Amino acid sequence: MDARGLAEQLRPLLGDEAIITDRQRLRTYECDGLTHYKVTPALVVLVETTAHVAAVVRACAAAKVPFVARGSGTGLSGGALPHVDGVLIVMSRMREVLEIDRASQRAVVEPGVINVQLTRAALPQGYYYAPDPSSQQVCSIGGNVAENSGGAHCLKYGFTTNHVTGLELVTPGGDVVQIGGKAVDAPGYDLLGAIVGSEGTLGIATQVTVRLTRTPEAVRTLLAAFPHTDQAGAAVSAIIGAGVIPAAIEMMDALAIEAAEAAVHCGYPEGAGAVLIVELDGPTAEVKHQFDQVEVFCRDNGSFEIRIAADDAERSLFWKGRKSAFAAVGRISPDYIVQDGVVPRTALPEVLRRITAISQEAGVRVANVFHAGDGNLHPLVLFDDAVPGESDRAEQVSGAIVDLCIEYGGSITGEHGVGSDKAKYMPRMFSDDDLDTMQLVRCAFDPSSISNPGKIFPTPRLCGEVPGRHKGAHPLADAGLGEVF
Amino acid sequence: MDDVILEHLCAATGGHAVGATEADAVDSMPARWVAVPVSTEETAAVMRVAADHDLAVVVRGSGTKLTWGARPERVDLVLDTTRMDAVVEHASGDLIVAVGAGRRLDDLQTGIVGSGQWLAVDPTRRGTVGGLIATAATGPTRLLHGPVRDLLIGVTVVRADGVVAHAGGKVVKNVAGYDIGKLLTGSLGTLGVITQAVFRLHPLPEARRWVSVPVTQSDRSRAPFDIHTLVQQVVHSQLVPTAVELDRPASGSVTLCLLLEGFPPGVESRTAQALDLMGVGATAGDNAPGWWGAEPLVGGEVLLKLTHEIAGLAHLLTALDDVCAATGLTAHLRGSVAVGAVTVGLAGAVDADTLARCVAGLRERAPSFGGTVVVLEAPGELKADLDVWGPVGGLQLMHAVKRQFDPERRLAPGRFVGGI
Repeated sequence: MDARGLAEQLRPLLGDEAIITDRQRLRTYECDGLTHYKVTPALVVLVETTAHVAAVVRACAAAKVPFVARGSGTGLSGGALPHVDGVLIVMSRMREVLEIDRASQRAVVEPGVINVQLTRAALPQGYYYAPDPSSQQVCSIGGNVAENSGGAHCLKYGFTTNHVTGLELVTPGGDVVQIGGKAVDAPGYDLLGAIVGSEGTLGIATQVTVRLTRTPEAVRTLLAAFPHTDQAGAAVSAIIGAGVIPAAIEMMDALAIEAAEAAVHCGYPEGAGAVLIVELDGPTAEVKHQFDQVEVFCRDNGSFEIRIAADDAERSLFWKGRKSAFAAVGRISPDYIVQDGVVPRTALPEVLRRITAISQEAGVRVANVFHAGDGNLHPLVLFDDAVPGESDRAEQVSGAIVDLCIEYGGSITGEHGVGSDKAKYMPRMFSDDDLDTMQLVRCAFDPSSISNPGKIFPTPRLCGEVPGRHKGAHPLADAGLGEVF
Repeated sequence: MDDVILEHLCAATGGHAVGATEADAVDSMPARWVAVPVSTEETAAVMRVAADHDLAVVVRGSGTKLTWGARPERVDLVLDTTRMDAVVEHASGDLIVAVGAGRRLDDLQTGIVGSGQWLAVDPTRRGTVGGLIATAATGPTRLLHGPVRDLLIGVTVVRADGVVAHAGGKVVKNVAGYDIGKLLTGSLGTLGVITQAVFRLHPLPEARRWVSVPVTQSDRSRAPFDIHTLVQQVVHSQLVPTAVELDRPASGSVTLCLLLEGFPPGVESRTAQALDLMGVGATAGDNAPGWWGAEPLVGGEVLLKLTHEIAGLAHLLTALDDVCAATGLTAHLRGSVAVGAVTVGLAGAVDADTLARCVAGLRERAPSFGGTVVVLEAPGELKADLDVWGPVGGLQLMHAVKRQFDPERRLAPGRFVGGI
């Protein structure tokens, strides 16, 4: 049976209105936040319950039809790119915050809940959800789980994987499994650790239990302008070297500042070759002391203007320029590629100089926005697709930046995920044996490779019967496996 | 044949393989050989010998937690990691360290303390890095700095078939590929042999204060709720303690202690706030209490690990008291009550039947505190017929993972959940 056949099979359960087969409507789902990859799915289903998801996945499994789960579609690596013969399962109708359990510092949510909505739901009780990707106004918790999303504040508070304590998972076989819960350290393998960040290749999360974080007593934010990224980078090293762990340290270079000014008029200091946004939070006395230190480090390293946010409104203005940077680049360039490489923090100044050299040599402009505290770069490679050859040159520059990150012992992706976009770079970072080993996990969860196939791994591993003798497996294993496969 | 195997093991390790002695038994299961490879490559060669001769392999570091989990069904070869003890790279500016799996934690900490950093696992102990990952056994500071899984950012592992694989890397922020390191954390050597690890480090705080308060137990039935109330006050405060530990002996004084770390003026003012918050009898000190981070094994050999929803603490304590009353055992509880993970040392007339009743009783009550009950350590004769792990969510997926990584069940067979 193909995906269209599945539509008829699922119609009685989901209802007409939840099944999309019309070509025009299907095309509205052809891409996620990475818009230059486009694939029209064979079928789109809008699910509302775990039972819906399980039924759709079971039908897919029986028919060996691939499926892709999609949250808000804001991903930047093509992780939710549909499969041409597959079913796109849209999770955004599952958007209930099921429980805010203040006493145990947990929330239980459906995967379609928007990141910032969870924080809004918890704030009245003095809590918030710490991971805050720049897209937090629109991105979903389910998508965050798939991508192990970070955000500006993950320097201090960690990523999605550090905040998820439980999941309800629909396995690629269509079983509903409870993993973890409100308590930590469930016995057995750390399946949560494997699933969070697996980009939808190990199943679909239908309920998520997360840690809530107590709001800090004090938050202080400063914006420091420097003549050049070198000095800003030195200030970052001085801050971290002094044992200060800010909630966030963000940097933008001149071109990124220009774009942000054009788009949102954030009023950053004129003539800055780089700005740093440093945010500290925690107990008031602790923050005050560290904030004074940070100011000194910025001045000592050549900052010519330091602004301190007087209130929440001013803090929001500082952040507005930063959080809108990607979109803002659209004001100064028709097209751009966002990279997400990571380098050891101490290598930042050198890597930035080499990016400048690469950019000048190729005649391709690169704007730099990044999470300086943890060395996560977001170079925006600018080009005009209408000019012949420009997109190829941009792609080459982009690839060269990825190589730089690997050369310095970093990573090809810090928070956007591998998805469709960076699968081709995986062999530059990992050996065949490394990738083969990762795919053992894939084979354990999804031996038929129907859950978001084609993502992460450039070459899929066949999950056939493992060669060799099977020693008398434990009876539980046999019983268990009998049900899974 | 045995001679041939030893010869091959010696060839794989440059002569560092011997016949096992009684002291090499794993949880009183005798072993036949011990191999001590010095590198990932030698480890891979050892695992290929094990594959060729169908040897069951148990990985050993300092051997301090070799009795955790169920007793392995068979042990042919003990793979000792202690020669792989090099600090491969300490990039202090980047707050990371790459280290061989056989490095002792106390040696590791001593080596990096000079740069004002530490691996946030306390207290310092002689167990190895590999053992730390395999057992996921962490300490009080996990409250702020996270459990072992969150500190581990890169790993080198030798699979059961001798293939060497890496995952993660040397930077904290990294989402490239599956997080194999987390899967290995707490897997008790059943998925592969960890040979090298990369950890994120934390700056050593300039100031530390421990603030303790005794909790009176005049009315023992009421006490769990008093403790819960006090813990809730601390948990919902904005003091950001590094650790919140409860010590509750079978009888006598109960203590709640929190650790505050940071810059001297900040710690000073937070200490004052904490003393206020914790009420009458609270005191502050510059040193950890003697029991800090230690296993509560006082006059007994049975150690349980219990987890709970943070707000389920009173129910857990009540369940523990009830079960002890019914079985005649005494329980000393200690652990991270703001995380929801504690250990319990059992003493009294512990025999197999009593222990089984105690564990069953606690598991029956586990839904009331929202957690799990695992027997970490018990003498062999007590746990022979006991399910030390209890019910496990996602067990079928775990079996599937094991079958992919170690289809012939060569790595510590039977030691892990569900007979894995």
